[in-house]
Amino acid sequence: MPSPHIQAVHLRKQYGKVLAVSDVSFSVERGQCFGLLGPNGAGKTTTIEMMEGVIAPDSGQVLFMNQPLTRSLQHKIGIQFQNTSLQDFLTVRECLGLFASLYAHHRSIDELICLCALEDFLDRDNRKLSGGQRQRLLLALALINDPELVFLDEPTTGLDPQARRNLWSLVGEIKSEGKSIILTTHYMEEAYVLCDQIAIMDKGSIIAQGEPKNLLREYFEGQYIEIPEEDLLGQPPSDFGFSYHKKNNNFEFHVPDVKTALSMFVQKDICLNRMTVRSASLEDLFLHLTGRELRE
Amino acid sequence: MKRFFALLVARNKEFIRDRGSLAWSLLFPFLIVIGFSFAFSGRQQDIFKVAVEKQASIAPGSKNPLSDFLATQYIQFIDIQDLQPALDKLKRHQFDMVVSLSEWPRYWVNSSSPKGYLLEKILSGQQASSGVVREQVSGREIRYVDWLLAGLLGMNVMFGSLFGVGYVIVRYRKAGVLRRIKATPVTAFEFLAAQVTSRLMLMLVMSVIVLLGCHWLLDVQMVGSYADLFVALLIGALCMISLALVVAARISSEEFAGGVLNLLTWPMMLFSGVWFSLEGTNPVLQKIAQISPLTHLVDASRAIMTEGASLMDVSSHLLILVALSVVFMATSSWLFQWE
Repeated sequence: MPSPHIQAVHLRKQYGKVLAVSDVSFSVERGQCFGLLGPNGAGKTTTIEMMEGVIAPDSGQVLFMNQPLTRSLQHKIGIQFQNTSLQDFLTVRECLGLFASLYAHHRSIDELICLCALEDFLDRDNRKLSGGQRQRLLLALALINDPELVFLDEPTTGLDPQARRNLWSLVGEIKSEGKSIILTTHYMEEAYVLCDQIAIMDKGSIIAQGEPKNLLREYFEGQYIEIPEEDLLGQPPSDFGFSYHKKNNNFEFHVPDVKTALSMFVQKDICLNRMTVRSASLEDLFLHLTGRELRE
Repeated sequence: MKRFFALLVARNKEFIRDRGSLAWSLLFPFLIVIGFSFAFSGRQQDIFKVAVEKQASIAPGSKNPLSDFLATQYIQFIDIQDLQPALDKLKRHQFDMVVSLSEWPRYWVNSSSPKGYLLEKILSGQQASSGVVREQVSGREIRYVDWLLAGLLGMNVMFGSLFGVGYVIVRYRKAGVLRRIKATPVTAFEFLAAQVTSRLMLMLVMSVIVLLGCHWLLDVQMVGSYADLFVALLIGALCMISLALVVAARISSEEFAGGVLNLLTWPMMLFSGVWFSLEGTNPVLQKIAQISPLTHLVDASRAIMTEGASLMDVSSHLLILVALSVVFMATSSWLFQWE
């Protein structure tokens, strides 16, 4: 079995009376993309910052290639913080130059400009970038020392869907360069698309962990069928014999087999014009595990 | 070293491109100097000042050729012990005449002083004074604006250092700039050294511009050496920046930092002899003023500018500034936290 690239061992962090992270353990293999998933305040950022060596855990430790963290780690990792800013009045090109000279070795800046698609705003003041441009610059800065391990803390929060998809393909390219990635997100879809392994966090603990597909298979069988309430033509939803819950004005039925369910609906003679069928998602998994919606 | 220079260049760019604060830090001292030179340009001291040296060797009761002159009203006669400092003051028009009552009485006047001329006329109008020897010195008047400029340079260094380093580091911490830099191999020492150096360079450039500007606009005098003045300003700026680092070591709220900086700068600005001489003020106030680094900076640079003092003459002030810098630096490196 290959040794893990980085490993969290029983991490715990308390801020005053608030237990931000309690007993979190996981390991990330080399070249893997690992996702920490959960709602705001679940302890994702605290966990990732303990792994970066930015904050010290109250107990537990982080092992990088089986060794405790040291200051020299800074040369091997790249970090994209969630809340950060750069010095005022510096252009994108100058920011890249500044950070490049902070490391003993750095990657070619032209290559990074191309990878992160920064060409169009190289001479713009970094404070005048759009959300997506800014995230791409921060990502380029995280990659400037050609790190073997990259931390991305909510890289797509606040971006519009198109910018988010751009960033996803960028993360895909970083992955294809063989770098290990640890990212946090509260978008389940993002974790599903990008991550090889995920850990779902809630209230400071990991409540489920594994490959996204396996996790879904483990917790869910069957499909979801959603039908507007009025299309049931007055029949109570419990009559169909499936588990269900109400979502806005729709009923969502969890069905083991679509074909049997459809023949049941046909037999009850309800309107199926606006019916949708979908597979279980990580959102459903979170709801299933915690009884709460991910974003409330 | 590469990291230090990269941070230094970045900080300098940031400052130079921030046009608002750049313009302000250049204009502010000019506005004050010009304002004060207008405000005090019409001021005339309505009393004549004559320094009198009395030598013990004169026998009591012997005829004093100047006794009538010394009884003249509306002239302030000031007893002195040493002749030389009084003659220096005469050169700078701080005294209008100096007389020495030895066996061969003498008096000195400044060739370019109108008051000296008038006093001489009064003196020569008295018959008894005919045997008094006349001597002459020359030197330009030290106006209030000449005297004030040293104070303003010091005050400019104080504000520029405390706000330019202290406030900026707090802002960096709040905005997350420090957090981002902490995640690189940069050490706290490299980062702070770059901030300090950047500000020292800028303070010196600013001081040169202000000095040249005042020289050109108001014909301000410089009695001493420019090199000495810059050494004094450099040491003063270092001390102020070190104090700023103490303030910025941990605070992450700009409002709180602003309050602390105002609390430090205002008393220093008012009670460090920037605007008025502390001579003759409350002795308690004078003692307190000795704690303020600005007092030492202003006293040293004023002595150089208006009295032509050398670095040795002001070494006590400079040593205190160096000692304070060491204390502040040690405290700030002990307190400093990135976040």
